[in-house]
Amino acid sequence: MNGLKSFNWSGWLSFGLLLLLWELGARATPKLQLYFPPVSQIVAALGQALMAGPVAQHFGVTLGRFFEGYLLASVLAVTLGVVLGYIRFLHSLLETSIELLRPMPSVAIIPVAILLLGIGDSMIVAVTVYASVWPILINTIDGVRHVDPTLIDTGRTFGLTRPQILWRIIVPGAAPYIVTGLRIGLSIALILVTTAEMVAGSKGLGYFILDEERAMNSANMYGGIVLVALMGYSLNRLFLLLEARALRWRHGMMARQEA
Amino acid sequence: MPILEVHALSKSYRQAGGETTVAIGNITCQVEAGEFVSFVGPSGCGKTTLLMSIAGLLAPSAGRVVVNGKEVSGPPPNLVLLFQEYNKSLFAWRSVLGNVRFGLDARGAGSASADTKARALIELVGLKGFEKHYPWELSGGMQQRVAIARALAYEPQVLLMDEPFGSLDALTRLELEDTLLRLWAELKTTILFITHDIEEAIYLSDRIWVLSGRPSEIIQELIIDFSRPRDQVTTRADARFMELRNDIYRQIGGKSAP
Repeated sequence: MNGLKSFNWSGWLSFGLLLLLWELGARATPKLQLYFPPVSQIVAALGQALMAGPVAQHFGVTLGRFFEGYLLASVLAVTLGVVLGYIRFLHSLLETSIELLRPMPSVAIIPVAILLLGIGDSMIVAVTVYASVWPILINTIDGVRHVDPTLIDTGRTFGLTRPQILWRIIVPGAAPYIVTGLRIGLSIALILVTTAEMVAGSKGLGYFILDEERAMNSANMYGGIVLVALMGYSLNRLFLLLEARALRWRHGMMARQEA
Repeated sequence: MPILEVHALSKSYRQAGGETTVAIGNITCQVEAGEFVSFVGPSGCGKTTLLMSIAGLLAPSAGRVVVNGKEVSGPPPNLVLLFQEYNKSLFAWRSVLGNVRFGLDARGAGSASADTKARALIELVGLKGFEKHYPWELSGGMQQRVAIARALAYEPQVLLMDEPFGSLDALTRLELEDTLLRLWAELKTTILFITHDIEEAIYLSDRIWVLSGRPSEIIQELIIDFSRPRDQVTTRADARFMELRNDIYRQIGGKSAP
C-alpha cells in the first residue's frame, strides 16, 4: 500500500532485468521460440494486433463484462451483507447455505450457467457476479458484526432511528471490511471473466488468448496475456486510489500503528 | 418537579448456567434540575447497568425511570449517556468537528447552526484548532474532551456519565474534572455521574449516593456543600473532605465485590 506514494525503483529494475533475461534466452535458443518468443516479438505482435483493431475490441468486451459483473456483484453483496449482518434471524436462516456454496470453486458453475443462459454475454456476466459476490458478502457481514456495540449505543443515546444507525454508524463502521471484500472480489471477477471467455465465447481477451494458442501463434497469445495482466494491474491501482480517498481517515491511523 | 426520577429500579440477568444474577437490587432516587449528583460504589457493583437502564439502553427488570415527567421506554430525547471508553464511542471516520456535530446532524439541525454550535463547544472544551483532526490523532484526554463536547452540543437536559475519566492518567483526570465543572456551571446541565473514585465524587458533586456491592442499593446519601467554584488544592485540603472520604471508604471498602 505504500506503493501509492513512493515509486519502487529497485522492484521495477529487477522486473526489467527479468524481461531482458527472457529476451536474451529466447534469442539464444531459436528452437524454443514457439513456446517463448522474445519479448520484443511479443511487443511487436501486440502493437500490430492493436493497430489492426480486433484486439482492442476484445479488450473492450472483456472490460465491459468485468465492470458489468463486478459492479452488479458489489451492489448485491454489500446490500445483502448489511442486511444479513444487521438482522441476526436472517443470517442464521441463510448461514448454512452460504457456508456450503462459498467454498465451491466458482468455475464449477460455468457449465450450469451455459446450460441456463447459453454462451453469450449474460452467461459470462452471471458467472462473474456469482463468483465475486462471496468475498464481498462474507466481509460485509463480518464488518457489520464487528461494529463496536458502544458506537451503536452512542447512536441510540443521541436518539438515532434504526435506519439512521444503519447509515451513519454501521455502514461507515463496516467500510474497512467492505473495502477488503471489494478488493478480493475484483481479482476474482477478473479471473472468472477470462476463464468463462475461454470456455465459451467468441469475443474477449480470454477467447483471444486461447484462440491464438490453438493457431500456434504464441507471440499473439502472450500479447493477450500481457493485456489481461495490464488490465488487472490498472484496475487494482484504480481501486487502491479510490480506497485511499474513501478511507482517508484510516490510512493515517494504519500508518501510525505500523510505525 | 425533579428532572429525573428512578422508582424501585432493579435489574437481573439470566446467566449461561440458568442462574439469575441480581445486578441492581432496588434503587429509588431523584435528581433536581441543575444538580451534579454522583453514584459511587465498588467496581463490579452494577453501576454501568444502572446507568444504561436510566439511559433507556437496557430495559430494567422492574421499576421505572421518569425523565422530565415522561416515563422512559427507550432512549429519552433530552438525555445523553457518555461512555467511559472514548476510544470506542468516538466515530473514527469523523473528524473532531464531525464527531461533535454528530448528535445535531442526526436530529436534523440546520447545517450552519450545527456547525456554529459544534465549534463553540470545541472551543469550550479547549480543542480549538483541532477541528479537522481525526480521533486517532488525539491523546486519550483530548478524545474524552471531544466526547464531552459532542454530548453537550446536543444540549441534553440530563447528562449521564459512566466513569468518564476512569481510563485517563491522574493529572489529565484532574484537568478534565475542572473542565467539566466549568461547563456544567456555564451550560446549567444536570449531571448524573458514576465513579469508583471516592475523592472524584466528593470533588465534583452536590450530592453523593453510596452504592453497596451486588446487588447494588443506595446505602447512604451525602450532601456535599463545599463552596463553588471548587479548587483542586484548597477544596481537597479541607479537613471535611478527608472526613467524607474516610466515611465513604469505610462503607464500601468492606463490601466490595469479590
